[in-house]
Amino acid sequence: MGRMTFIEHDGTRHEVEIEADKSLMQHAADNMVPGIDADCGGECACGTCHVIVDEQWFGKTGAINSNEKQMLEMTPEGAPTSRLACQIEVTDALDGLVVHLPEFQM
Amino acid sequence: MSISTLAMNLSARVVPMQWQIKAAHLAQKTLDRIGLAPKVPEFVESPLPDVSTLAIEDIDVSNPFLWRQGLWGSYFKRLRDEQPVHFQKSSPFGPFWSVTRFDDILFVDKHHELFSAEPIITLGDQPAGLAIETFIAMDPPKHDKQRQAVQNVVAPKNLKEMESLIRQRTQEVLDSLPVDQPFDWVSSVSIELTARMLATLLDFPYEQRRKLVYWSDVAAASPETTGGEVERDEFFPVVAEVAKAFSQLWRDKAARQDAGEEPGFDIISLMLNNEDTKDLIHRPMEFLGNLALLIVGGNDTTRNSMTGGVLALNKFPQEFDKLKSNPALIPNMVSEIIRWQTPLAYMRRVAKVDVELNGQTIRKGDKVVMWYASGNRDERAIDNPDEFIIDRKGARNHLSFGFGVHRCMGNRLAEMQLRILWEELLERFERIEVQGEPEYVQSNFVRGYTRMMVKVSKKNRS
Ligand code: HEM
Ligand code: FES
Repeated sequence: MGRMTFIEHDGTRHEVEIEADKSLMQHAADNMVPGIDADCGGECACGTCHVIVDEQWFGKTGAINSNEKQMLEMTPEGAPTSRLACQIEVTDALDGLVVHLPEFQM
Repeated sequence: MSISTLAMNLSARVVPMQWQIKAAHLAQKTLDRIGLAPKVPEFVESPLPDVSTLAIEDIDVSNPFLWRQGLWGSYFKRLRDEQPVHFQKSSPFGPFWSVTRFDDILFVDKHHELFSAEPIITLGDQPAGLAIETFIAMDPPKHDKQRQAVQNVVAPKNLKEMESLIRQRTQEVLDSLPVDQPFDWVSSVSIELTARMLATLLDFPYEQRRKLVYWSDVAAASPETTGGEVERDEFFPVVAEVAKAFSQLWRDKAARQDAGEEPGFDIISLMLNNEDTKDLIHRPMEFLGNLALLIVGGNDTTRNSMTGGVLALNKFPQEFDKLKSNPALIPNMVSEIIRWQTPLAYMRRVAKVDVELNGQTIRKGDKVVMWYASGNRDERAIDNPDEFIIDRKGARNHLSFGFGVHRCMGNRLAEMQLRILWEELLERFERIEVQGEPEYVQSNFVRGYTRMMVKVSKKNRS
């Protein structure tokens, strides 16, 4: 199975192994990656699993639906490649994925 | 927009806002006199029955004394177990649905396309004659625009700037408390600290800060919206006073900016410098609504969490020991306090279409109340929900801040204030003992305290 990397705002890197049928948010939670709160438990309803996807990977993370877009607009930390980690389905195609954590979750 | 709001907006350029509100009040009094005004419900307290003696359809959780009488827990448990989506057809606030389980509440809150937050989020409608507009009670896309215009004031980045100021003000309050003798925690700590914070957010004259608290209390406590105790004749003059004070604050800021002063981080500076809100002063009902939202939103809620935390630690003393031996638990405890207290009992919606929910058909136009206070005690979603456990796993997964597009804008500020309070309390005090029973607010919306006597004793510094 492949691996993915979360990079905290201060540069600390966390490598995690890809597991089947889990969102990117669950990967972070299960591997104790700090900086992802996931207050709503993956319902796309809190915005506290915000990540900024490395530009070259952004296209591979799947489509953003209107709910996710709306929640993302509410975070002042938003960037052009922002996503909610609970809405990213992880498959082997994301082997090597790099995402950055914002300084703050809203 | 109602015709009266439109008229107010049109005349806002020439007639001061507070006069317009006085005029609305007069018009209202006239309607009252000739018997045309909607009837204001009157609430007189009497002991409520044990819920087991009631038929399910007679259960009315809109009663503003349920919280004060300590019965809300058993009433909501019965609804959750027997009829989690429950219809009450004849409350003093009219017919309404109650949604009481965690998952169903999340569903309603998420689906703003099915459930509208307009025209207001309290059980009853606004006092007649005053259609204040605020984005907590607006649907997308208008909501999103207005929220984006002001949300930076409580964005984490801004909070980081404010943290040391808030800490310093907290220290001042705590250092002035009497030691080893009873005092009222609500007034001396909870209200005083929230007043200081609000004055900071608004850049409001610091010595007049307690006014903000008083205004916000009045705004949230009219009998027709929440079953509160404020009379209409107190309500209107306060709104007029707020309008006057805030217009003046706005105009002073604008003048200072025009004279070349750098804009600050306060809410009015932010609004003045945003395309969507820079003319807000010409839309008085919206102007008032947005500022009122910030003071009401940031007032009762944080205040009652500050009191609720002390009360919870007194009811669960082993948790206080746990805390003292491991202060690193403070952030987790803050989430647990906010869940346990659930400062706002609910938010109200109106169904935009017919919706099936947990076996019931909610009709288009029906009022739907999401009882966060019940969902936060739902055994199906939370283990031992009535226990206060400062190292609870998943403590952040509570409903107190709501979910979806209206999710509380001030949640990080509230958490920060509470974290600082507890850090500073642990520095200073060995014990914080509640003396006797606290006194509770009359409301179906605000779960708060009007008075709680405590005695603190100093930590031995070695
Ligand atoms: C423990 C403290 C607090 C609690 C429990 C709380 C609770 C809530 C709830 C339940 C909502 C509605 C959520 C929904 O409809 O889904 C809300 C919205 C809001 N709160 Fe808070 N709040 C707190 C503190 C604050 C503070 C400190 C501020 C600001 C200074 C604030 C400002 C707001 C605003 C502006 C909204 C409207 C957001 C929108 O409609 O987009 N709140 N809050
Ligand atoms: S976990 Fe709440 S939006 Fe992703």
